Amino acid sequence: MDKETVISVKDLTKKFGNFTAVDHITLQVRRGEIFGFLGANGAGKTTAMRMLCGLSLPTSGTGTVAGYDILRQAEEIKRHIGYMSQKFSLYENLTVWENLNLFATIYGMSAKRIKEKTDAVFRALGMENMRNVLVKEIPLGWKQKLAFTAATLHSPDVVFLDEPTGGVDPSTRRKFWEMIYRASSEGMTVFVTTHYLDEAEYCSRISIMVDGRITALDSPAGLKRQYHAGTMDEVFRIVAKDAKREN
Amino acid sequence: MNANTLKILLRKEVSLMKRNPIIPRLIVAMPILVMLIIPLVATLDVKNVEVVVVDNDRTELSRRMVADMDASEYLSVTGCYFSYDEAFRQVESGKADAIVTIPKDYLRDLTNGKRPELDLKANGVNATKGTLGAQYATMSAAHTLVRWQMEQGITIPVQEAAVVNLYNPTLNFRNYMIPALMVVLLIIICGFLPTLNLVSEKETGTIEAMNVTPVGRLEFVLSKLIPYWIVGILVVTVGMLIGWLVYGLVPEGNVVNIYLAAVLFSFVMSGLGVFIANRSATILQSIFMMFAFIVVFQLMGGLFTPIASMPRWAQCITYAIPPRYFIEIMRSVYLKGGTVADLWMQYAALSGFALLFCLIAAVTYRKRA
Repeated sequence: MDKETVISVKDLTKKFGNFTAVDHITLQVRRGEIFGFLGANGAGKTTAMRMLCGLSLPTSGTGTVAGYDILRQAEEIKRHIGYMSQKFSLYENLTVWENLNLFATIYGMSAKRIKEKTDAVFRALGMENMRNVLVKEIPLGWKQKLAFTAATLHSPDVVFLDEPTGGVDPSTRRKFWEMIYRASSEGMTVFVTTHYLDEAEYCSRISIMVDGRITALDSPAGLKRQYHAGTMDEVFRIVAKDAKREN
Repeated sequence: MNANTLKILLRKEVSLMKRNPIIPRLIVAMPILVMLIIPLVATLDVKNVEVVVVDNDRTELSRRMVADMDASEYLSVTGCYFSYDEAFRQVESGKADAIVTIPKDYLRDLTNGKRPELDLKANGVNATKGTLGAQYATMSAAHTLVRWQMEQGITIPVQEAAVVNLYNPTLNFRNYMIPALMVVLLIIICGFLPTLNLVSEKETGTIEAMNVTPVGRLEFVLSKLIPYWIVGILVVTVGMLIGWLVYGLVPEGNVVNIYLAAVLFSFVMSGLGVFIANRSATILQSIFMMFAFIVVFQLMGGLFTPIASMPRWAQCITYAIPPRYFIEIMRSVYLKGGTVADLWMQYAALSGFALLFCLIAAVTYRKRA
């Protein structure tokens, strides 16, 4: 593994009883990439991502994230990643500032640095007036930006985003992707799942999961060439047509 | 152990607790309600046993017997009937608890040196009330008889045993209940509130946001428990104050012994609570598990019914029920002035359970599924 590889897994598998949610996936992600993790509902994307984040113990397989072993060094991995779950999971009854301060302190940031970073973020997002508002009172689009901020404030090596743009309007989605690009340009590796195939075009490389396996993995242009397709939409339909699991 | 992390987590818990619409009020209201109301209603003292009388004798003595019963603190005579059947109907319809029948020629037979007998029937549906009611009626009648015989100049050597009740001289049931009631408060505040708190983080998904950070398990769990330990100690203090100000009950022993027991018992309950939280995916599941424990703890811990009067096999089980030791300590310190040296077995048992339950909680707590 060269040092520019941030995520590397081999034959990663997760079984729940007789059900194989993730079936021997193998992939590498390089530093600074925006890696799109595509697949239909139930294909095993979230389970795979949870194994990479140290939230779920693999049944078999090996791998490293940010240079640490998935099986034995999960807590070390957690110091070097950020994770934004599909379900909004900041504390609704804490203010915007209290949430950010909580997570940043847990990641070991100093009070001074937290203040500098949050001031910069609030300015960049135009959220200064929301600092002391309870999170439950801010609109969905802002919540997602806030969740992204909470996951990236400590400048992790990799940030994992699980369907970060679910349920928001196109213009908010575009702005969200601007945040992703900014993070990527700062050297962060972005590992993102999505259902929106236009978003897939923004990624450096893409994998498509079908029934727990990775059946395609390349850059968007490469995939289109390989499947003789004009758009990612077509690629996805060709790759996922044999899916057996319920959508 | 990271002090900064623990500090920020504690601050988060305090902010969340303050903004919770129910928990702060519950913490204030519950001890007050429990300590003010339960000692008054949870009593095994049997009073107001309703007696109906069939007086077939109708003499001065029989009338005096009835009047004495009615005057007794525990009995009230609700009716005199001419036949047993009429009196029995009162018992059947639930209007009376016992029937006292005074036989015909009771006074004459007595004066003639015979030994006539009163007939006493008690409703056994409520066993305690039936037994005690019959005893009270017997005692009352015997008392009337002895006094009457003395007035008539008949001296029968009667040996009356004088009983002095140690530790609780007036045999007031409240003095028995109040020290033990604090167990109810600690079970809920130090055991089940943190459980609900942890499981609600599972339901909202915030625990996952925590589990994906490098936060230590110990810091996270301690941040959940410390606020409730403090509240638990405050609540015990409020409980003791109410015991003193409202019921005039002050511990005979040192309050330090009480706090020591309260702290140990809080650890026991917290360990159990975290274990339940670890095993529950939803609040509903955790509530059902807690309920099972509450029922066993309260009914078998010796809170309402003495362990000594349980069947032998049940008494063996109570050794595995931690509230038993806390209740024993509380009653002993309160009523007998017990010390740690007297109660070392109970303290040791509580410490053992605290260690065991906290270990189980630690082993079953996972950041990774």
